[in-house]
Amino acid sequence: MADLSCNIAGVRSPNPFWLASAPPTDKQYNVERAFEAGWGGVVWKTLGEPGPPIVNVCSRYGSVDYNGTRMMGLNNIELITDRPLEVNLAEITAVKKAWPDRAMVVSLMVPCNEKAWKDILKAVEQTGCDGVELNFGCPHGMSERGMGSAVGQVPEYIQDVTGWCKQHSDLPVFVKLTPNITDIRYPARAANAGGADAVSLINTINSITSVNLDSFSPEPSVGGKGAHGGYCGPAVKPIALSMVSEIARDPETAGLPISGIGGISNWRDAAEFIALGCGSVQVCTAAMHYGFKIIDDLVDGLNNWMDDKGHANLEAFRGKAVPNVTNWNELDLNYKTIASIDHDKCIECGLCHITCEDTSHQAIGRRKDENGKRWYEVIEDECVGCNLCYLVCPVEDCITMVEVDNGKPYMNWGDHPNNPMRN
Amino acid sequence: MSRDVKAGRLSPEKIAQNYADLHPLLSGHEAAVESARCLFCFDAPCTEACPTGIDIPGFIRKINSGNVRGAAVTILDSNIMGATCANVCPVEELCEQVCVKNTAEHRPVSIGRLQRYATDHLFEIGGQPFERAEPSGKRVAVVGAGPAGLSCAHRLAMRGHEVVVFEAREKSGGLNEYGLAAYKMTDDRAAREVEFILGIGGIEVRNRKALGVDFSLKELRREYDAVFIGMGHNAVNHLDMDHEDDPGAHNAVDKIAAIRQQDLNDIPVGRRVVVIGGGNTAIDIAVQIKKLGAEFVTMVYRRGFAEMGATDFEQEVAQTNGVLLKTWATPERILVDDEGVTGVRFEYTQNDDRGHLVGTGETFDLPADQVFKAIGQHFDENPLEADDCPDMDRGRILVDENRRTSLDGVWAGGDCVAGADLTVVAVQDGKLAAESIHRYLTDGAAHG
Ligand SMILES: Cc1cc2nc3c(=O)[nH]c(=O)nc-3n(C[C@H](O)[C@H](O)[C@H](O)COP(=O)(O)OP(=O)(O)OC[C@H]3O[C@@H](n4cnc5c(N)ncnc54)[C@H](O)[C@@H]3O)c2cc1C
Ligand SMILES: Cc1cc2nc3c(=O)[nH]c(=O)nc-3n(C[C@H](O)[C@H](O)[C@H](O)COP(=O)(O)O)c2cc1C
Ligand code: SF4
Repeated sequence: MADLSCNIAGVRSPNPFWLASAPPTDKQYNVERAFEAGWGGVVWKTLGEPGPPIVNVCSRYGSVDYNGTRMMGLNNIELITDRPLEVNLAEITAVKKAWPDRAMVVSLMVPCNEKAWKDILKAVEQTGCDGVELNFGCPHGMSERGMGSAVGQVPEYIQDVTGWCKQHSDLPVFVKLTPNITDIRYPARAANAGGADAVSLINTINSITSVNLDSFSPEPSVGGKGAHGGYCGPAVKPIALSMVSEIARDPETAGLPISGIGGISNWRDAAEFIALGCGSVQVCTAAMHYGFKIIDDLVDGLNNWMDDKGHANLEAFRGKAVPNVTNWNELDLNYKTIASIDHDKCIECGLCHITCEDTSHQAIGRRKDENGKRWYEVIEDECVGCNLCYLVCPVEDCITMVEVDNGKPYMNWGDHPNNPMRN
Repeated sequence: MSRDVKAGRLSPEKIAQNYADLHPLLSGHEAAVESARCLFCFDAPCTEACPTGIDIPGFIRKINSGNVRGAAVTILDSNIMGATCANVCPVEELCEQVCVKNTAEHRPVSIGRLQRYATDHLFEIGGQPFERAEPSGKRVAVVGAGPAGLSCAHRLAMRGHEVVVFEAREKSGGLNEYGLAAYKMTDDRAAREVEFILGIGGIEVRNRKALGVDFSLKELRREYDAVFIGMGHNAVNHLDMDHEDDPGAHNAVDKIAAIRQQDLNDIPVGRRVVVIGGGNTAIDIAVQIKKLGAEFVTMVYRRGFAEMGATDFEQEVAQTNGVLLKTWATPERILVDDEGVTGVRFEYTQNDDRGHLVGTGETFDLPADQVFKAIGQHFDENPLEADDCPDMDRGRILVDENRRTSLDGVWAGGDCVAGADLTVVAVQDGKLAAESIHRYLTDGAAHG
């Protein structure tokens, strides 16, 4: 059995799987059920200022279904917690006391002034929690009030608020980043400069899931109107992975602990985030979709894979993929692969042919043999090794991309004769 | 010995349950999941296997995108009886047999059920997606309002011609109305489909008007610009055996028609029933009688399972409904007493060295309250008088690839010409003939 225990910015948990700040972490009842199920930690649903709690609308979520699969992507227009601050603080205290080994991070979002942050930190410290996460990510509702992604989109604000938090509290500070920005490295650098102990990403992406073609209302619809909400779930994972990798390999932020979030639904997704340098991972949509029980496979699957690969603990493979993420202009232009079709496995759907034919390269010919069997053949001279046929082929291992040794040495764009800027 | 034959062997509820849809309509979610399984093959083998050439990946993709009406129109464009075909086609030998998912996942995409999902949707929302072309001023006579005749009539109407359909029976639809198994054609779907087809306009149906009785082919050729014959099989085969018309012995097709036309609770069935034959008609009568509450139903076929005309799927339907399938036995004589049939004596059979079927000399008796003969139907050319009869070939009307007969201006299709006796094939025949008639009428040329 591999050791799954996790320590990120001084926050410890028995496994790296945390529930992200969201409805599943909005209450003692939920969080205790999650801990009973085996979750390693939670980021409590974002708390706001004292006083009357915020109010949510009715009809809050929209979904992107794909080919009969529900919730490939989820969108929400909920705000931060709509329960009184005192109730949340009391429950956090009780849960942390009852589950001392689990990570308890509290998400916070208050207006952009030092006093507001100082006050909330003092209150939160009383709960015995392990850390705070500054929610600079929420893209709807709160941002219009100058909070959430309105802060997260301005690096200077991030640096200021992070600085205040470090100044007024000893708790580890996680800064949760919004992906609704052109270059994720700038907010990450700002958090780092402000003294953040870690960054968490991604929060949700601005989105409208669909437009109702009867009422012409965006979904989710609130009495016929809709506002853009935050997009998450399996569909956003590639975006999250890319942003995580940018921060992991940026010399300015390299080594800054990262709590990875975005579309994590199973242990493989989690392992990929960890391979890109994440210290812990956070899950929201998958838990909202299937309930807390998915933790069984997250833990068990990661464990089995680590045992198979001989990774004794998370550190053994954390960040292993980071050095392999490079810039395009460092890729080897002489590396060559060619598609190869295993005719015994071919089910004769013809997709490889039509896809190559209509996409660009006309590199897969089609014939019928005397028995009427369809026969698809790679025209090697035309194949540019793009992978498309291999991606569309519905049969596993029927089309493979075979490495061709063309005897040519490594050459990137910088050295390429076609490059007008070549030195 | 008095025969135990009566109606109402089962409660009306049980009978209704037994006669429920063989392949119920998919739910929206099921259709979404099933349509997503389609790979949208290029060169789709299913389309090649469909006798009417429906663009199957095309319509499935439309279902998947929520364009269900468009899917239905894609289907009906190639096959105006796509709704019936969805329920009755032996898909396991046509489109679904060649689906690439058989290789990939050992289960084809449920093309038939998706087809039903689309066409049922169109009938549900109503509307006529097809339009008539400018009137051509030409008139065409169609004999028989079965799948072949109606398909031909619809396509001719689309092309702007006026069509008069002469149908011997009270209702239109041919075997869709009188032949197909009731658990495949629930409710009044056959009649609704006929109504839909006629909805295009330009088609007049004259029921209870029979060729050879009320008018002759010669008259039709004189009065109309072209004639299409789609009379189907208008006669049943006989055993040529004593007592085959005695009380208790029946033609399967007549009983099947009764089952489709009458209240199921009023249909008399025996306690012990013997069905003679090995085709789909034999299966259909055996299963339907069993579903009405017959206790022992034995279907006896003179060769083996592999040689049966009934498809594997149909055999399975019979077996799972508790019909006993007995192979390698042929009826030797019908057993009777004063009141009628009491059973059948069968002789065991086998293939001899040269593959010819021979009797072994050994026999067995099956007691029966009812015996059904399902040994095939054929085309009887009697209604076509001798001096105006198109050339025949092995008992069917001879046609070329455009379904033209040897008589100028006369086309034929469906069960009365050579080819697989299937609804879908009859529809294709009617469609091809209509296009050929259209060319003939518009070019005025004889090449059709
Ligand atoms: C019991 C049974 C079950 C079957 N099950 C299936 C199945 O599950 N799937 C499948 O694909 N196929 C099935 N078939 C076959 C299918 O029904 C036929 O192939 C199809 O109906 C042929 O169409 P058609 O238009 O040629 O003939 P028909 O459907 O027989 O229509 C011919 C029409 O012509 C009319 N007619 C006949 N003589 C005259 C006349 N002299 N004047 C005017 N009108 C006349 C008839 O009344 C009839 O309406 C089944 C057949 C039978 C008998
Ligand atoms: C309904 C809902 C409410 C959310 N509320 C918050 C919140 O209050 N604070 C926060 O930092 N993130 C919030 N999020 C974002 C999630 O914590 C997480 O960053 C995002 O959903 C991506 O992870 P996932 O793909 O696993 O869902 C919310 C997400 C959802 C779906
Ligand atoms: S890899 Fe790309 S170029 Fe080569 S055959 Fe496949 S689709 Fe065509």
